[in-house]
Amino acid sequence: MFKSRLSAAPYLLWMGIFIIAPLLLVCYFAFTDASGSFTLANIQGLTAHVDVLLRSLWLAAVATVICLVLGYPVAYILSRAEEGQQRIFLMLCLLPMWMNFLLRTYAWMTLLENNGLINRFFGLFGLGPFEMINTQGAVVLGMVYNYLPFMIMPLYSIMVKIENSTIQAAQDLGANGVQVLFKVVLPLSVPGITSGVIMVFVPAISTFIISKMLGGGSNLLIGDLIELQFLGNAYNPHLGAAMSLVLMIIILLCLGFLNYFGDEDATREAIL
Amino acid sequence: MKRVSKFYLALIYIFLYAPILVMIVLSFNASKNRNVWSGFTFKWYAELFHNQIVLESLGNTLLIACIAAVASTVVGTAAAVGINSFRRHVRNAILNVTYMPMINPEIVTGVSLMLLYVFLGVKFGFLTLLYSHITFCLPYVILSVLPKLRQVDPNIYDAALDLGCTPVHAFWKVILPQIMPGVFSGFLMSFTYSLDDFVISYFTNGATSQTLPITIYSMTRRKVSPEINALSTILFLVVFTLLIIINLRGRNPKKKKRSA
Repeated sequence: MFKSRLSAAPYLLWMGIFIIAPLLLVCYFAFTDASGSFTLANIQGLTAHVDVLLRSLWLAAVATVICLVLGYPVAYILSRAEEGQQRIFLMLCLLPMWMNFLLRTYAWMTLLENNGLINRFFGLFGLGPFEMINTQGAVVLGMVYNYLPFMIMPLYSIMVKIENSTIQAAQDLGANGVQVLFKVVLPLSVPGITSGVIMVFVPAISTFIISKMLGGGSNLLIGDLIELQFLGNAYNPHLGAAMSLVLMIIILLCLGFLNYFGDEDATREAIL
Repeated sequence: MKRVSKFYLALIYIFLYAPILVMIVLSFNASKNRNVWSGFTFKWYAELFHNQIVLESLGNTLLIACIAAVASTVVGTAAAVGINSFRRHVRNAILNVTYMPMINPEIVTGVSLMLLYVFLGVKFGFLTLLYSHITFCLPYVILSVLPKLRQVDPNIYDAALDLGCTPVHAFWKVILPQIMPGVFSGFLMSFTYSLDDFVISYFTNGATSQTLPITIYSMTRRKVSPEINALSTILFLVVFTLLIIINLRGRNPKKKKRSA
């Protein structure tokens, strides 16, 4: 087979400069102060923001569970549909994803406002106005709306592989609907669940736009804090680097935990 | 499909499309206020096409996406060939680093690149954006070319050598045509991710060169900007048409095969 290690050289150089060096710099900045001397103050400074970190974890987890609950039936229904229908319905699922997520999130701002369309609709019946924007619920809604296709895609690609005859066999052997779901379909779709959870949870925990646009100022997430340290008034790249480092470690831990249950290759397949 | 299934799918699709539909309707609303309907107009479309900032950033976005996609496809394909030539544990080590920009949250990639440019004293602008885009596009190219490279039958390559090809010639004539689908899909992925990227660009752009997503972001920060709805509608229609064309093209060969 054609061998040429040399052809990897430009990439390896690029990788060193633009992947490895920046990550080392994050570590370097996290453990130094403005004068460049070693300090643990940045890591200690994080303790003041534990509430934000916990809120990020909690909201991302809630959004991930909702995506799973909403997306699982969609993926299953799609995987059982006729081939022609599958293509069309899958495309319809993915189409909104191709629009920039800023525009999609902006659309929800219009809908959720105090005098927005949803409240005007309720107003027709003399209800409300309900305070929907600038709440944690709005942030979760924004996450679910933006990342639901990320859940449906990997679930679907695993479930198409489940043969109808497998399900029929279970039914012939006397399993009822619930048993078929929990004893046959669910175990077979675990790799899809794992990759779906990863693909929703990682962007959800690190978002700063959704919380900024739909959460108002009071529902800051870890992403917002990082952004503030680098581009906001609170300019402090050392603290920001420490936060990024912690976020990275949390996500690597979650990935390790999930890969323990799932199939790593299926995850990579789904990402592509 | 059962009735319950149809009903459930319909609900999900309403959830996915209602906000987009609202934006499309509002883009024709004569009133600046998004909660009052005061007649049909094309005014916002006209204003959009006269908005110098939007047009400029659109040009920037396309230019960066083209350069980044071409550069990362060339470097990435060469890298995939090289990575495939290494022994197993070296290969896995390289691949694990390659996965980093895909696994890491975008904000961490963006922040780490920003720190790099600050540290090296590079001026933020077109080039920093371009470097960053190439960086996050490369993994997609490598990971879509590698599997195709492994599917290539080594015997065919050996046959080419036996028939008098030089190794380099055999690569161009035998291996490259076989991995072309992977190269092409890597190129397409790079192009679309580059067009759509906001987070990494947000941390690495300069005041002089902005991409369309960054311009969109500054438009959403203003309280009233009806041009955004017009822009969304146009982008939605472009994407919709492209997907339909791709889908129709993907179907034709199948039909031909069946009839033959």
